[in-house]
Amino acid sequence: MWRGERHVLRGLDLALHNGEALQVCGANGSGKTSLLRTLCGLVHPEEGRVLWNGADVRRDLLGFHASLAYIGHDSPLKGDLSARENLRYWAGIRRRFSGEELDSALAQVGSVEWRDRTVRTLSAGQRRRVALAGLRLLGAPLWILDEPTSNLDVDGQQMVATMIREHLQQGGLVVAAVHHELVLGTAHVRRLDLA
Amino acid sequence: MNTSVLKLHATTCCAPQASALRAAQLVLQRDLTLAYRRRGQIIQPLVFFVLITTLFPFAVSPELARLREIAPAALWIGALLASLLALEFLFRDDAQDGTLEQYVLSGQSLTWLLFAKTVTHWLLTGLPLTLVTPLAAFSLGVAYPAMPAIGAAVAIGTAALSLLGAISAGLTLGVRRGGVLLTLLTLPLSLPILIFGARAAELAIKGASVAAPLYLLGAFAVLGVTLAPLAAAAAVRISLE
Amino acid sequence: MAWTWFHKLGSPPYAFSLAGRLTPWFAWPAAALIVAGLYGGLVLAPPDYQQHDAFRIVYVHAPSAWMSLMVYTILAISAAIGLIWRIKVSHAVAASCAPIGASFAVAALVTGSLWGRPMWGTYWEWDPRLTFELILLFFYLGYMALRSSIDDLMRADRASAVLAIVGFANVPIVHYSVEWWNSLHQTATVMKLAKPTMPPAMLIPLLMMLLGFTLLFFALLLLRVRGEILRRERTASWIREAVLI
Repeated sequence: MWRGERHVLRGLDLALHNGEALQVCGANGSGKTSLLRTLCGLVHPEEGRVLWNGADVRRDLLGFHASLAYIGHDSPLKGDLSARENLRYWAGIRRRFSGEELDSALAQVGSVEWRDRTVRTLSAGQRRRVALAGLRLLGAPLWILDEPTSNLDVDGQQMVATMIREHLQQGGLVVAAVHHELVLGTAHVRRLDLA
Repeated sequence: MNTSVLKLHATTCCAPQASALRAAQLVLQRDLTLAYRRRGQIIQPLVFFVLITTLFPFAVSPELARLREIAPAALWIGALLASLLALEFLFRDDAQDGTLEQYVLSGQSLTWLLFAKTVTHWLLTGLPLTLVTPLAAFSLGVAYPAMPAIGAAVAIGTAALSLLGAISAGLTLGVRRGGVLLTLLTLPLSLPILIFGARAAELAIKGASVAAPLYLLGAFAVLGVTLAPLAAAAAVRISLE
Repeated sequence: MAWTWFHKLGSPPYAFSLAGRLTPWFAWPAAALIVAGLYGGLVLAPPDYQQHDAFRIVYVHAPSAWMSLMVYTILAISAAIGLIWRIKVSHAVAASCAPIGASFAVAALVTGSLWGRPMWGTYWEWDPRLTFELILLFFYLGYMALRSSIDDLMRADRASAVLAIVGFANVPIVHYSVEWWNSLHQTATVMKLAKPTMPPAMLIPLLMMLLGFTLLFFALLLLRVRGEILRRERTASWIREAVLI
């Protein structure tokens, strides 16, 4: 496809199955974000298709999105709401969950202490953790993550690796754009390098 | 040319989905909460409206009789400009922090979510305008019996404006200095609202029946309700590509 | 069969060469018709008993006004086709229509204003048709402004297509509103830009001008589309051979 004057993402052909993860690596501008957004169905490729369960996602875009959780480069949080409120509104539009589920998701990413502070007062790393808590709440089989470990300390990076590992064990799929390869420790990790 | 194919397979389904009504309710709650926390931003269009209507006597004459003649024009131009100002923040913040994108990816109908957002937007801008209109009208020499009709016209007109404006707001997302462009795009669309609304105000002041222009305004609003959110959703999708 | 032809039309190289080949077929008849129509209208046709020679401006005013509306229709339709079926050539056509249509609108406004001078004594009156023409010009300007303000070409195409479709749906509503608005405040002395009743000697040059303007539009459109395609595909490989021919 074209991004402005540049032709990116030529000749890609890959398949991902349950329990598999795909790490997309590449230099800045190589099209990592474009690829992820194409997979989400946000961007339409000039040629080619994205298939989910064998069907073109454009046939049933809403259904595909219901099975998808996407976290972009910047955490999709509103600065004037607290972490709890953010998650409640963000994930609540997708599915019903109880207050306990919300709190446990926050606990898993280590965000319990600051869950009632407005996001504006949190650091970038803390915001990232809150966004990742959303993944658990969204309850979608396919995770598409754009640099999930950005702004996170070593603890945070390990937490992400654990989360992904658990998700894969439950049969989920993960596509992540990363700068450094994540150490996941499972066999089902594929790597895609974009030129 | 070989076509590129990216396949993803899964058999696990997802957890119970929230209903559309619940989604709309959450959108409403969220935007109202956010508005409450940024009260200053919401007040701006209102203040702008009062300022504009206050300027007219200085430009025309202090005589109430003369002001009564230009009252429909002053009220409606003020309401129009204030609404255009307010339209800028309909989608802007959500587009910037990525939450609008999450709406697109939520699995809920984007048309429905944007409709909920537009309704909330009207509650935060059009409704206050409607409530302040009698005050502004009074300052321009309009008699009390005319107020309800004028208020009704402003209520319906601003609602139609919010709906139509959502389309241009969606189209100008991410455009630098999109405010002026937003105004340029929305004005031709809003001309019927201005014509019918001002006519309704004029008739109300004269004491005549306001039914005709009010019905026309209503028809326009209904058209807006049914078609505008669709166009706005298309516009938002395109802007996020 | 019709579908494959439609598909071929959407391919830039084919559209480019087709546009080049068709242009003279539109340009020459347009020139002939316009010259003949102008001669017939300005010289041959008898003066109107009411408006005398002033009415002659209708030979430029009416076709311009008509064209400005027709071009907007074509713009909206090709924008819609480009949006729904994702055909780049269709978007190129819509983009090319806009400046031509806007020029027609300006011409209609100017000639209408000139016509108004002997009729009303002033250069401007909020006559419903002139007012509508002005708003149509704003539709065009808004479309072109939106296009130029979005950097990414594909996004600009699609966003302006949505705008064109919404605007097109709004045209009848605005037209009706303006007529209604004007009729409310009708005073006895206002004379609309009414076409005088026309005997054949007057009518035929008018029809010739109308047809001539239409062909002129298509000729200009084809020229612009070629330029637009060149601009969009300038990095493509087929350009080198096509341009050198």
